[in-house]
Order: sequence, then structure tokens, then C-alpha cells
Amino acid sequence: MKNHAELSETFNKDEQRVNWHDETLWWVRQKRDKASHLIPDWELLRETASQIKHNVLSNLGNYLEQFEQNAIKNGITVHWAADAKEHNEIVHGLLKKHGITQMVKSKSMLTEECHLNHYLEEQGINVVDSDLGELIVQLAKEPPSHIVLPCIHKKKEEIGDIFHEHLGSAKGEANPQILTETARIHLRNTFLSRRAALTGVNFAVAETGEFVVCTNEGNADMGAHLSDIHIASMGIEKLIPQRKHLSVFLRLLTRSATGQPITTYSSHFKKPRPGQEMHIVLVDNGRSVQLGREDFRNSLKCIRCGACMNTCPVYRRSGGHSYHTAVAGPIGSILAPNLDMKQYSDLPFASTLCGSCSNVCPVKIDIHTQLYKWRQVIVKAGYSDKKKTLAMHGMAKTLASPTAYRLAGKAGRWVIKHTPFAVSNPLNPWYKQREMPEAPKESFGEWYKKNRG
Amino acid sequence: MLQICKMKVGLFIPCYVDQFYPKAAIATLELLEKLGVEVDYPAQQTCCGQPMANSGYEHLTGGCNELFVDNFAGYDYVVSPSGSCALHIKEHLHSHDKEEAATGIRNKIYELTEFLTDVLKVEKLDARFPHRVGLHQSCHGQRGLKLAQMTELTAEPYSKPGSLLNMVDGVELVTLNRADECCGFGGTFCVAEEAVSAKMGKDRVADHEKNGAEYITAADLSCLMHMEGILKRQKSNVKVIHIAEILNGVKETVA
Ligand code: SF4
Repeated sequence: MKNHAELSETFNKDEQRVNWHDETLWWVRQKRDKASHLIPDWELLRETASQIKHNVLSNLGNYLEQFEQNAIKNGITVHWAADAKEHNEIVHGLLKKHGITQMVKSKSMLTEECHLNHYLEEQGINVVDSDLGELIVQLAKEPPSHIVLPCIHKKKEEIGDIFHEHLGSAKGEANPQILTETARIHLRNTFLSRRAALTGVNFAVAETGEFVVCTNEGNADMGAHLSDIHIASMGIEKLIPQRKHLSVFLRLLTRSATGQPITTYSSHFKKPRPGQEMHIVLVDNGRSVQLGREDFRNSLKCIRCGACMNTCPVYRRSGGHSYHTAVAGPIGSILAPNLDMKQYSDLPFASTLCGSCSNVCPVKIDIHTQLYKWRQVIVKAGYSDKKKTLAMHGMAKTLASPTAYRLAGKAGRWVIKHTPFAVSNPLNPWYKQREMPEAPKESFGEWYKKNRG
Repeated sequence: MLQICKMKVGLFIPCYVDQFYPKAAIATLELLEKLGVEVDYPAQQTCCGQPMANSGYEHLTGGCNELFVDNFAGYDYVVSPSGSCALHIKEHLHSHDKEEAATGIRNKIYELTEFLTDVLKVEKLDARFPHRVGLHQSCHGQRGLKLAQMTELTAEPYSKPGSLLNMVDGVELVTLNRADECCGFGGTFCVAEEAVSAKMGKDRVADHEKNGAEYITAADLSCLMHMEGILKRQKSNVKVIHIAEILNGVKETVA
């Protein structure tokens, strides 16, 4: 399995494409800046959202029970899934019970995290993603590369080719309007013929037992309203205490995500219509473990707006797939090691710790501080390169002793040998695209001795 | 009496600045002296420990930390021409037996431009630098030490290094397309993630070039060293210079 550095190197082979990817996402970041700067109380809004989520995480068990009781009262069936496997089996069980072999799905990062599509396909169930971006990556047999903009890594010409192959659009057609129409016709048939619909959940209100799904395309509504059975999958951290708290989150979500004031559709689902079944699957899948990690608990505040990805200078130049996990970017890099520390031990290091992510995050997660802390945890757990550990021990010893440092450092040799960027060797990765700094005649220490000593 | 009132500053020069950029360290020293500060450079200093800590080995920085405390506990202030190293000390310096002294240092360490602005309250400088200058906002200085307002936030703009540069005769600050994007250095990131790191550096440099900068300056030499490596490889005419050298007044021998 390739790590982030290797996958990014591949992505960077085509520099023009990297430029395009970087600029596209930077444009989204700028739209976010404009929208947020228009709200004088923006920082207060972020703080408020962060505090509300703090309350939720501190009382998660109680809110979950309250939500369950109210949802049941409303006529919704509530399921609990400890992990991805249980979630997938619950969904499959419901479909099987009704003899359904085809399902339409609106965007849900949780089902990506659980690899639901793959699982259901193996059980002989056909799943169609109804979010346009999701549909594109599904047809291309790729995972999404961004949680809000799943096919942001694809150019319109490439999308044209995919639609030509799968949906029968004209060869070479790359007009976004026409391609969208093509998808629309395809999806309309799907909506009309599917008896089961699965949606994600953006917010679940404990006080009322309802849940809210935010989309721009109305695809969640189309699927849910036409289905006999509506299944909603949600991570247990999606709760908010009261309906009034939505006013905070809905203002933040899309401004942070794309710079829009609000999603086109913020649909509330409270009870099944007569004759329909409505199910909610509450999924843990590592969340309660993360809740128990004090340093990383706050990562569960995430409302999946994607702002940290759009602003991340590394993500913009490495692409979402370089993170080899469902949720990419800075937030993915602090969520993934919780699920599998070994497999994702590279991700907390895929950052310069510049801190821009923490500044855009609408719920004020201290993302870059958590990346730093994960590094410490991963090294202590033994998931770092043995050679690096050895070198670090040597470095620690030298830097703790001025005599050793001066001895080794005669004419700067120690620094030249040990600073990763200064190793005078053309094989050093630094040298591939950068020159070495020139060593001056004398160090500052030597100058000081002569002139001030 | 005067002697007692006079503040004593311990100068912390990070290892790579000591070895590769002595000019920046000399300028820092001279500038502080010019402003009437008594400056001392403890000869036994080595490093802040950041190279280990950022790589996930903070637990190995104990010895380095103790040495730092021994070297700098006795001063009224500790000043460093590196935002990144100053931030590391501020956030992570601890001591086994001398925690009080360590806490003292965490509270009295300053990056140079914030020391000039917040402690010395400098309002004018006797320096001239008639050039178009691009100011690189180093992330740790900006987002960590809050040397300047961050574009992500909805808040009043300010810039400590920017205001100081504006006190220098002849400096023309260029406006960048991306005012505070990271240069991609990131410590060991620069070699471990070579492809992305170099691309970030190239993009940052291009922004300064496109907007007509003759010099790129910053309050952090690690970023400047990264960008210098790229500029030199590209045989660019743009040069890097540490902010202390501009504020101290460059002797006009610079080509
Ligand atoms: S971590 Fe914050 S910025 Fe990133 S996706 Fe989650 S809510 Fe958005």
C-alpha cells in the first residue's frame, strides 16, 4: 500500500493538473472567505457552534437516548450499529426483508467510511448514487476525493468521457449543462423505479427526534419521498440538542463549504408518510473510542463542511486520493489513525502544521494541534521508521550537550549532517528541486566570540 | 539605578541560523543594541528541540529543554529572529526540576518583530532599503504567535512585521495574490514529502515574482531558506533577506 508521500509524488507528475486542482479549490476557499467576512459575528458564531458541540459530546449518551425515544415516538425505527460491518448488515437485512435488490442513495460519507456500496454489490444489490459528483465517481469506479465535492479531481472533459461510456452522451461532449441534463434523465428513471432510498444525516435533533439532510440538488428528497423504505445512516456525533441550534449550524455549514449562504435544500425528516417505513441506523464505528481520547475528542465536532480541505495547501497539491481513506485532508488525518493507527500512520505527517485548517473550521477543531499530537502517539506506539528513531536519539543527545554540539559542529558539520534539508548529497530529496544553502566563512557563534567576546 | 532598570535580553539564535545565516543573527544583535537594549548571547545554546518534536519525538527533547532553561532563565526577555523556534519554546518548553523557570521563559520569549512592537514599542527606525519587497508571512509566526492578522478570520487586519517594514525608508511592499499561504518547508516535511513541499515553495515564490518583488523577506529563516533554494535552482534574480537585516539598515553593498 502506497503512503501519502508516494501517492502525492504520482499526483505531482502532471504539474499543470496540480495547478488546476490547486486553483479550483483555492477559488472555493476565496468564496468561503467572502461569505464569512460578510457576517460581522462570524467568529462568535464559530465559537457558539463549538460550544454546542462540546455540550453534545459531554452528554452524548443522554442525547442519544433522548433522540431514540423521540424518533420512536414519531414512528421511526432506530437501529444501533457498533461498527461498519453491523451497519452494512442492518441495511442489507432491511432490503432483504422487503425483497429489494435496487437502492438509490444520496450523499453519505458514513457509507463511504463503511464501504457500503461494495458490500451491497457483493450481496447482489444494485446501488445508484444520486448526488451528481458521487454518481460520476461511482461510474468511474473511484472513491470520492473530497467530502463535499466528490469528483473535484476530474475535469469536465473526463466527465464527458465517463458519461459517454456509461450514460450514452455524445462522444466528446463536455458542456456541463448538457452533461448535467444527461445525469438528470438517468437519475429520474432511477428515482421512479427504486423502492428503497438511503440518505445521510447532517444534523439529528435530540429534542424532537427529527433529522436534517442538506443538499443542493434535492436528490435526497427525490429518493426519500418516492421510496417505500427510507434508511438514514448517521454517525452518533451528528446530534444537536434542540431545533433552535440549527440556526447556528445551517448558517455556518455552506458558507464554510462553498460560500453559499445556505444549502438549496435543508430537509427535515420527522416521521414516515403513511405506508412508508423510515429507519435510522446510529453508527459508532470508532467514535466512542475517539471520544475517550481526550486530545482527539474535539474531532467529533466535525460537520463535514470540507473547508479544511479547500484551505489546506497540501491537500490542494496532493489530491484527495493521496490520503487513502474515505475522509481526506486535515480532518481525515486526525480521524483515520483512530480507526487504524498503523495503516494511517503517515497521515498526521502529511502536513506542514501551518494551521490554516483550524482557522477556517466552523466548529473550531484544533486540527493542526491534533496532527502534532497524533505524531507523538504514533511514534510512541512504534509505528515510525526505525532508522528515523535512531537518528532522533543521536540528535537528542548532541543537542542536549553543548560540548558535543560544538565538537560535532566544527565549521557547521553537525548541522550540515543532521538537518534534513542541508545534507550535501545530490541524492537528498531536498536537492531534487532546490539548491542547498551556502555555508558562510564563519558561524554567528564564531563571529560573536571575535567581535563581542 | 539605571543599570537596574535596564532590561537584559538573552539572544536565542537557532542552530541553522548560526551556521548558515550569520548575517541575520548579526543584524538582530546590532538592531537591538542600537535600540538601547543590553543583549547577551549565551555561548552554550544549541536548539529549541523543534526538529525532534515535530517529527513525533517530543519525548526525547528533555535534555535539550533543560539546557535551554539553564541558558536563558536569568534574562528579562529571550528574543529570537525565528518565529517558529520562539513558538515552539512558548508552547512546549518544560523542565523536570525547574518548571517555574521554564514557565518564566515561556512567558518572556519573543520573536524579534513582536519584541520590537510589543515591548520596545518602536515607532521609527533609522534605515533605508529602496526596493520592492514581498513579505512572506511564516505560518508559525503568523498563526501561532499572531504576528499578523490571518486571512481566514473575520477580524481587523494588522501586521507587526509589515508596520515595521513601513518605517524603513524606501521599502515598497508588494501585494500578493495569496497573502498568507504556507511555503511548504515544514521541517522534515521538506524531504519526507518532497513533491508537495517543493511545489508549494515554487508556487509561493511565483506569487512574489509575479507581483514584482525584488526581495522576499520574513521573520523566519527556515521559510526563506526553502524559498532561496528554489529561487537559486530557477536562477531567479529575486533574493531573500531576513527582516532584521532590512530593519537594521542594509549597508548598500548588496548587489
Ligand atoms: S474539520 Fe472543521 S473544517 Fe474540516 S470538514 Fe470538519 S467541520 Fe469542516
